[in-house]
Amino acid sequence: MEMKENKHDEPIVPYNQYVWVWLGLLTLTGFTVWVARMHLGNLSILGALGIASVKTGLVVTYFMNLRHEIRLFRYMLLVAVLTLFTIIGMTFTDILFR
Amino acid sequence: MSSVNTAPKSYLSAGQGLRSWIFTLDHKRIGLLYLMAMSTFFLSGMTLGFLMRLELIAPGPTIVSAQTYNSFFTLHGVIMIFLFVIPGLPAVFGNFMLPLMIGAKDVFFPRLNLLSWWLFITGACLAFASLLTGSGPPDTGWTFYAPYSLRTGTNVSLAVFGAFVLGFSSILTGLNFVTTIHRMRAPGMTWFRMPLFPWALYATGWVQVLATPILGITLLLVILERWLGLGLFNPEMGGDPILYQHLFWIYSHPAVYIMILPAMGAITEIIPVYARKTIFGYKAIAFSSVAIALLGYLVWAHHMFTSGMSDTARMIFSLLTFLVAIPSAIKVFNWVGTLYKGSIQIGTPFLYAMAFIFLFSVGGLTGLMQGALSINLRVHGTYFIVGHFHYVMFGGTAFAFFGSLHYWFPKMFGRMYNAKVANMAWAILFIGLNTLYFPMFILGWEGMPRRYYDYLPEFQTGNVISTVGSWILISGVLLMLGNLLMALLKGRHAEPNPWGGTTLEWTVSSPPPLENFEVTPVVTGGPYAYGRGDKQDD
Amino acid sequence: MTEATVGMHDDSVGSRLGMWLFLFTEMLLFGGLFLLYSVYRAKNPEAFHEGASHLNVLIGSLNTIVLLTSSLTAACSITAIRRRNTAGGVILLMGTILLALVFLIDKYFEWGEEFRQGIYPGSSHMAELPQGERIFFSLYYTMTGLHGLHVVVGMMVFGFVMDRVLRGRVNARKYIWLDNGALYWHLVDVIWIFLFPLLYLIT
Repeated sequence: MEMKENKHDEPIVPYNQYVWVWLGLLTLTGFTVWVARMHLGNLSILGALGIASVKTGLVVTYFMNLRHEIRLFRYMLLVAVLTLFTIIGMTFTDILFR
Repeated sequence: MSSVNTAPKSYLSAGQGLRSWIFTLDHKRIGLLYLMAMSTFFLSGMTLGFLMRLELIAPGPTIVSAQTYNSFFTLHGVIMIFLFVIPGLPAVFGNFMLPLMIGAKDVFFPRLNLLSWWLFITGACLAFASLLTGSGPPDTGWTFYAPYSLRTGTNVSLAVFGAFVLGFSSILTGLNFVTTIHRMRAPGMTWFRMPLFPWALYATGWVQVLATPILGITLLLVILERWLGLGLFNPEMGGDPILYQHLFWIYSHPAVYIMILPAMGAITEIIPVYARKTIFGYKAIAFSSVAIALLGYLVWAHHMFTSGMSDTARMIFSLLTFLVAIPSAIKVFNWVGTLYKGSIQIGTPFLYAMAFIFLFSVGGLTGLMQGALSINLRVHGTYFIVGHFHYVMFGGTAFAFFGSLHYWFPKMFGRMYNAKVANMAWAILFIGLNTLYFPMFILGWEGMPRRYYDYLPEFQTGNVISTVGSWILISGVLLMLGNLLMALLKGRHAEPNPWGGTTLEWTVSSPPPLENFEVTPVVTGGPYAYGRGDKQDD
Repeated sequence: MTEATVGMHDDSVGSRLGMWLFLFTEMLLFGGLFLLYSVYRAKNPEAFHEGASHLNVLIGSLNTIVLLTSSLTAACSITAIRRRNTAGGVILLMGTILLALVFLIDKYFEWGEEFRQGIYPGSSHMAELPQGERIFFSLYYTMTGLHGLHVVVGMMVFGFVMDRVLRGRVNARKYIWLDNGALYWHLVDVIWIFLFPLLYLIT
């Protein structure tokens, strides 16, 4: 079972680390606009979602500080994301074959 | 009030006056607040059910008009589902018992807990306000199916908004319980030393957190559709009404497990106490709760076999529906296994638990029948369905609720009830329930559709039996409530542990002190240590 | 009465656990809309292209940058408060609220322009559009509207947290309110990270 953590042991994240992540996010924003301009057809939606997922990964890991949380948080996030994918996926068993 | 003079003041005498109740942060008082509110809602829902049965005593118009009847079944459904069956066990007994059973002083977020209750009351007021304001009570059925819910002139928006607020209350309760179980178990209480009612609440909490928001957004869209005409569910504007049904059941099927999981958990607490034997297959019961919660997400479209969705989806969802029966069957098997070679004591909670196993099995197996596509096409939208879900909801959840009430009553109020009268009320309820709902299986099989205020003359016999059953059932409810009210006023004082339970709530005085435990308990073994069949994993 | 005695514990991991659970409910609330979006896009790919081409990519990109930056200031405010730099923390929080306001002002002009073109639910112009495009704009307004509502709530949350910072209730030792407020704000950011390409960039 998980231990109760002492608040004051949680590391303070330095500013420059946040700034680097922010710069990465801005770059990816530029990248996603650029990819959209290339008109790749069906690939463009995959590209857009892929880049958005990477950006989300950055926000969740660094801004939301998931990497310093106990492992339980990661499992919970996984359950929630899988639930969302499952319900969208299962709905498509109807939509694709109607 | 406590029989032990040295014990600290009970939570009931820790503060006086209305404010000390409606603004309390004590999980025990909040549990009682829910109990009081829900008793009121249950009785109003029951009254509507009584009137519906009375209307159906003979074909043709009898006591109300068709439109009034439509509002009756809508409100009966909304009140019973959203105000009693879904929140019932977690909000009342979860709130009261969860911290006690895991050796904690309160839930993790006491203020959020109070907010949940206020949201519950607000949502209920909005739902009841939809009766009296605007252009008449909603007539859509509790499912608010599009496109009719977008078109009807009745007061749908307000009722839907009420359900939205109630959903928010449910989410906060679930979130609170999951956090509480993760962070506040007493020292030594590992996951597998935790009683099985908290296990069930844990699985339920996850379903509340992950499923309810889907209902929230769906109901918001109904309101927006009615105000702005978005067209998302409106076939005239390119929308797809079947998508409404998907979204609605993505919540409402898992919600069925919000209703039944805590009920199963409560039954699991009662059975070992009255069998004087440790629970059979602890881990199987714990994991089957989690399995039910997971599988509950994969079967929603079995409510939509006749909606016009794809055949592929129908086959996949039919197959998955059969899977969900497995963990429920595991539980039934383990309950019966616990009784085997136990030294069984007959008490009122035990009788309710036995009735639960029987009635839930009838409800569950008839549900399984509907999971088969060919049978579903015959019985969909008939009284067969009404019979099925009343066996599960009333015979299952409500019987577990009444059983829990009789089981934990001495702990909650510090008084004993008259067991003879309680057993009599149980017998009347059991007979009434079967008389009321069993004819519905036959009527439905013969083709009587649900949700009509009228029927063909050949269905009258079944309907008359059913209506008489409703009178028996209501007498049972009234006798039970009267008995408990008498106990509250005149019952003899309860010992800390009148039934010989082994879980932590029985180690404190009855009623419990404000802070639950003077000294935080240290747990060293499994929850049901009766010394018989005790080889329990820890 | 009970407040002083019962249920008082200092477990910030648990508090954040509760917040994450709440964020999951927010994710699934929007998840319902993402479900509708994916279904209708699969059914009307051309109409969604056509609809998206009416949206202003420049304002959308600008708003993405504004929101990402506000997430940066929110994250940095935690560092500032924990380093006992109260003034810096308050300035960063004010910056976050201001950026949220800029986002909403942008949104106001964007919606205003679309309204002028007659694109809004129930308009006569909408009634003439092909059904798929109508669905696209209905989803556009619902999704950005609900998101905007979350931005407003986020501003109020940060206003509340700032007040607690100024009164010393949130400080270098106790900052769970700030932690959880920032978590909420990052989620609002994440939602937008998906809304932006799905609504503006699929032309």
